Amino acid sequence: MKINTNSNLYTFMYASVMVIIVAAGLAFTAYELQPLQDKNVKVEKMQNILQSVGIQSTVEDAEEKFKKYITKQIVVNVKGEEIKGTAFSLNLKLEFKNKPEDKKLPLYIATLEDGSKKAIIPLRGKGLWGPVWGYLALEEDFNTVFGAVFDHKAETPGLGAEINKDAFEGQFKGKTLFEGKKFVSITAYKGGFEKAGDTEHGIDAIAGGTITSKGLEDMLKADWLFYYEAYLVKNLK
Amino acid sequence: MAKNMKLVTSPLNLNNPILVQVLGICSALAITVKVEYAIIMSVSVLFVMAFANVIMSLLRNTIPSRIRIIVQLVIIAALVILVDQVLKAYLYDVSKQLSVFVGLIITNCIIMGRLEAFALGNKPFESFLDGVGNAGGYALILIIIAFVREVFGSGTVTLPGLGELPVIPQAFYDFGYQNNGLMILPPAALIVVGVIIWVQRSMTRELIED
Repeated sequence: MKINTNSNLYTFMYASVMVIIVAAGLAFTAYELQPLQDKNVKVEKMQNILQSVGIQSTVEDAEEKFKKYITKQIVVNVKGEEIKGTAFSLNLKLEFKNKPEDKKLPLYIATLEDGSKKAIIPLRGKGLWGPVWGYLALEEDFNTVFGAVFDHKAETPGLGAEINKDAFEGQFKGKTLFEGKKFVSITAYKGGFEKAGDTEHGIDAIAGGTITSKGLEDMLKADWLFYYEAYLVKNLK
Repeated sequence: MAKNMKLVTSPLNLNNPILVQVLGICSALAITVKVEYAIIMSVSVLFVMAFANVIMSLLRNTIPSRIRIIVQLVIIAALVILVDQVLKAYLYDVSKQLSVFVGLIITNCIIMGRLEAFALGNKPFESFLDGVGNAGGYALILIIIAFVREVFGSGTVTLPGLGELPVIPQAFYDFGYQNNGLMILPPAALIVVGVIIWVQRSMTRELIED
């Protein structure tokens, strides 16, 4: 029997069957691979946190090292009080959108080989094309930056995407967040921080990546880090 | 056999998708800032195009002609998502770099162009070869453009697995040489494509129209 492939009925049937088969196939794949994908995301998060305090880890030993070095996980609110919760399982994307008084802010304390303690603050902000995020490690004085890692979803390669390069991240070491008791955080200067005369709190913005640099700066100020101010001030030394 | 060989080799030069068919220009502009991205994109396109061509060719006699474009889109999109999911699970690092380009593959006119122009009217094996050949021609041009743009724009060549390799010696910079910022911006890709087309046309007489 010759089927008329141009009849309305056939066209409808064809479209329906095709969509069902494809949808089932994709749903099955996504469902089967979900645990593996979740694990990758978790391991990457651990690696990033460790990297902010200068510990390199591989996919295999990240979990083990995370347990060893990250000695405490804290959740605080905007008033600087510690509240219940697990820092690691908080979804920053949701917390970023939450109203200030409802925000749950995660914080990690790392104890390094030499016994020194560092506070690691996860960051979340807006870049040019999508979210940017990172981890800022502070010395025990809760003021001096010990290290920083950044990453992004879709910034322009060669321009804004440079924020995850060592050359950019390295600039943060030794900068301070406070001027006395005043929270000033870190500013990205177009044309260089030396020219602007702000060696304490300034870094060089990325040439050609101004909007990404400013988005990152906002993340370290009013967009996100600002909400930690109360907690930081309490512990400031 | 010779005819089959031609399916693979002709897109590399005489029937190049970017230079002659003018398909796939959009991604040639968007992702040629670094050689690494060009290579990753090329491999992904190769995979998707070869398989989409085969599937399309197998189904060619059953597809209602009025919805054939929709069917093509569904096949391409399903393949791309499948690749993305598998990479996310097994090759997480690669998938992070690829994620930006997944959308680009789906909308890449080169794939739909070949499905429409070739796979709808040819047998599966020929369609497979056509897919491989056109992806090869696409890859060739993409990598040339990316190489030119990265060397002059950033002074480096980035290869997958090897990272950024400096190609312009430090001594040049000491003498006051500077990277050309225009090369990083999309218009530079258009200029480079233009120059390549010019060179190709002046070398191959068959391509010159009256």
